[in-house]
Amino acid sequence: MAKKEQTVKKTKYLNPYLGGVLLGLVLLAANYVSGRGLGASGAIKSAVVAAVKTVAPAHTEKAVFYQEYANSHGENSMKSWLVFEMLGVVVGGFLSGALAGRLKVKVEHSPKITSKRRLAFALMGGILFGFGSQLGRGCTSGSALSGMAVISLGGFISMAAIFGTAFALAYFFRKNWI
Amino acid sequence: MGPLVTYDLISQDTNLLLAFIIGIGFGFVLEASGFSSSRKLAGIFYGYDAVVLKVFFTAAITAMLGLLFFSLFGWIDLDLVYVNPTYLYSAIGGGVIMGAGFIMGGFCPGTSFCAASIGKLDALVFIGGLFLGVLIFAEGYPLWEGFFKTTFMGYPKISSFVGLSDGVFAFLVILAALGMFWVAEWAEKKFPQAEY
Repeated sequence: MAKKEQTVKKTKYLNPYLGGVLLGLVLLAANYVSGRGLGASGAIKSAVVAAVKTVAPAHTEKAVFYQEYANSHGENSMKSWLVFEMLGVVVGGFLSGALAGRLKVKVEHSPKITSKRRLAFALMGGILFGFGSQLGRGCTSGSALSGMAVISLGGFISMAAIFGTAFALAYFFRKNWI
Repeated sequence: MGPLVTYDLISQDTNLLLAFIIGIGFGFVLEASGFSSSRKLAGIFYGYDAVVLKVFFTAAITAMLGLLFFSLFGWIDLDLVYVNPTYLYSAIGGGVIMGAGFIMGGFCPGTSFCAASIGKLDALVFIGGLFLGVLIFAEGYPLWEGFFKTTFMGYPKISSFVGLSDGVFAFLVILAALGMFWVAEWAEKKFPQAEY
């Protein structure tokens, strides 16, 4: 019985190196099809622009950020490659989770902290990551991973800055994780 | 010859359909590799789970080599493949802020959508934060527009920046990754943590 449990646990997730090769092939396909890599934060920006445009159209006519966005991305921000790709991510994640029996509504957190604390930190982390992804012109997917695949200097800088900072700060947030 | 859309081999609408299908593959692989769990993602920073490093670097190398070989075979025109611009200060500044967000929130944008898709409420809250963060950036744009646009360096490849060919540079990245994988395997044994 114990042996069986162990085997089940081992096969819980894909072998990370195999997962990496598959992810690399997805990224290669993106470049082959569209001439661009993968991304995530760009789709959020599209959604934010579309939302603000709906709620306060007069504001987007004036504010510099939305004007620059319209000039570089066109008028309909939701009809973008990254928006469709991120819709796919939600479907793909759900399919994998369903096949592996991982669909479950829950707040995942260390038993040493409350779920309230986990959610508070998730919100703060999200705000910082959202802001930083705009300042850094892309997140872990669009700038670091896709940038590295095309050997871009910016991609390697993003990767080093993101992971380096998280490592440097890990000590201060250890209670949340270990 | 690729990229398909640049060569007008597919229409814009087909491109968007393919974006959706590629996204499914992206989300599926992320979830299957364990990127839907903030516990596994944060593990790299404490040594107990290095799945992020293994998947991330294997993927970067696979795509990097794939592009170089595709170019060699004449299947893709690398001059038409998008290379990210480099703005030195905002790349570092943005990266530092994202790194802080990563260790606090336990996700990055792509992984948070993937985690939310299987029911993780912490990921959903993180996504709420992402929208707020982007909105704050957009609304306060005049305040940081100068910093955002300073130190533009063009669209350099790191290989030409350090004076190596793409192939030699890719080879060095592979060697570096193998070294990191070795350390990662060691760290996972050295700093184990109970699952929750």
